[in-house]
Amino acid sequence: MSEVPIELGFAPTHEWAKQDEEGLIVVGISDHAQDALGDIVYVEMPEVGQQILAGEEAGVVESVKAASDIYAPVSGTVEEVNEALDDSPETVNQDPYGDGWFFKLRANDDRELDELLDADAYKELCESEEH
Amino acid sequence: MNEIKKTALYDVHVSAGGKMVDFSGWSLPIHYGSQIKEHHAVRNGAGLFDVSHMTILDCDGELIEDYLRRLLANDVSVLELNDALYSVLLNEQGGVIDDLIVYRLRDGYRLVTNASTRDKVLPWLRSQNLEGIAIEERGLAMIAVQGPDAVRLMNRWHQQTNFESLSSFSSVEIDQALVARTGYTGEDGFEVMLPEERAADFWHFLVEQGAEPAGLGARDTLRLEAGLNLYGHEMDDETNPLAANLGWTIKWKPEDREFIGRQALEQMDKNVEEGLFGLVLEGKGVLRQGQRVLTSQGDGRVTSGSYGPTINCSIALARLPKSAKGNCEVEIRGKLVSSRIVALPFVRRGKLLVDLA
Repeated sequence: MSEVPIELGFAPTHEWAKQDEEGLIVVGISDHAQDALGDIVYVEMPEVGQQILAGEEAGVVESVKAASDIYAPVSGTVEEVNEALDDSPETVNQDPYGDGWFFKLRANDDRELDELLDADAYKELCESEEH
Repeated sequence: MNEIKKTALYDVHVSAGGKMVDFSGWSLPIHYGSQIKEHHAVRNGAGLFDVSHMTILDCDGELIEDYLRRLLANDVSVLELNDALYSVLLNEQGGVIDDLIVYRLRDGYRLVTNASTRDKVLPWLRSQNLEGIAIEERGLAMIAVQGPDAVRLMNRWHQQTNFESLSSFSSVEIDQALVARTGYTGEDGFEVMLPEERAADFWHFLVEQGAEPAGLGARDTLRLEAGLNLYGHEMDDETNPLAANLGWTIKWKPEDREFIGRQALEQMDKNVEEGLFGLVLEGKGVLRQGQRVLTSQGDGRVTSGSYGPTINCSIALARLPKSAKGNCEVEIRGKLVSSRIVALPFVRRGKLLVDLA
């Protein structure tokens, strides 16, 4: 069973989001997602300064076997991207909730975070997708 | 709805953490944790692949040599006992039905063909059987032991055999197993065909000696780096073998050997317009089958693409105009990304042959 930290919010498209100490929304993909993708070899990020709406394409993650789109879980402006993933994309597999973060958004409306699935709801979603 | 087939090693794969997928109707592991790690294990030590999904056909009869010389584009009459060769099976239009390895055994010949083409190949071999050949599908397990440590590991398994001295594409019978010096990784290695009830013991023994279980994912990145064709990608029923780096497998002499597809190939211009090349991605992303390639000599298509762990960048095989060379661009999800056309293979025996400067 893959890891699902309880302090995170999840999108049904398998991204996670949380607010950091600076009030920015940090976004990554879940343990379930990285496991399904296999070894990740390339991550395409949004541009700093780019404005994205919740549910819009925000980048691409490529594993050896497939490419998968990343969607913004909440709306906002991209403040920071995790450049370390350029040289070490495998970090996403190794630490999807920590060092494997993708980008940080300055959210338009923090309340959008509340609309994300909580850990239990996300776990249920993953289980139902498997059958 | 057909039930998925399991090899003799299914339980072994599951216990080892194998991520099982449906591969041509067979449940096989795509990896056991990381396909990149397994790829490196093969190039640096030894890996084990369960390839029992492949179709093993023992063929025999008085006219067996006539039959195979008619059906295969390569010529089995050159084979000594226990030797093998790689051949394509052509249709009347000169297209490729399958690629296979054929071994000359004591009693007749053994053909090893792809799992993905089984439902097409078996009826074809039977419908073309004018010589009354007995064709028996064998329910054997098949395990590939690949890597620079393969010889050392096989010696531990059977000390009496000098595995180092077994020539490439030659085989030896050991108890009920047929051990061949063949492989699909670009490394040294062996492919072992043995009774299903002995497969697990053989596998476990080699794992204890240091071999790493490796899945389908690693198998694909290894063969891609080695520049080896995969049926359904580099060739299919509509492909002229001369456009797929398969010209060397076609034996035109003696001129009176009427193999199926010969006439069609002779009628087509033997100077085929296209060839198979290697691509190294210079920009960011991953090359994948089907992407369009733009060269200054004309357009082409990626036939197989992925990430090569030993090369540490994305590579591909592509069908391009015969004169293509230098730089090109590949259309990756709507964007043109710079790539370089290179000769194959990318890697041989663990050594990078491609200049990445």
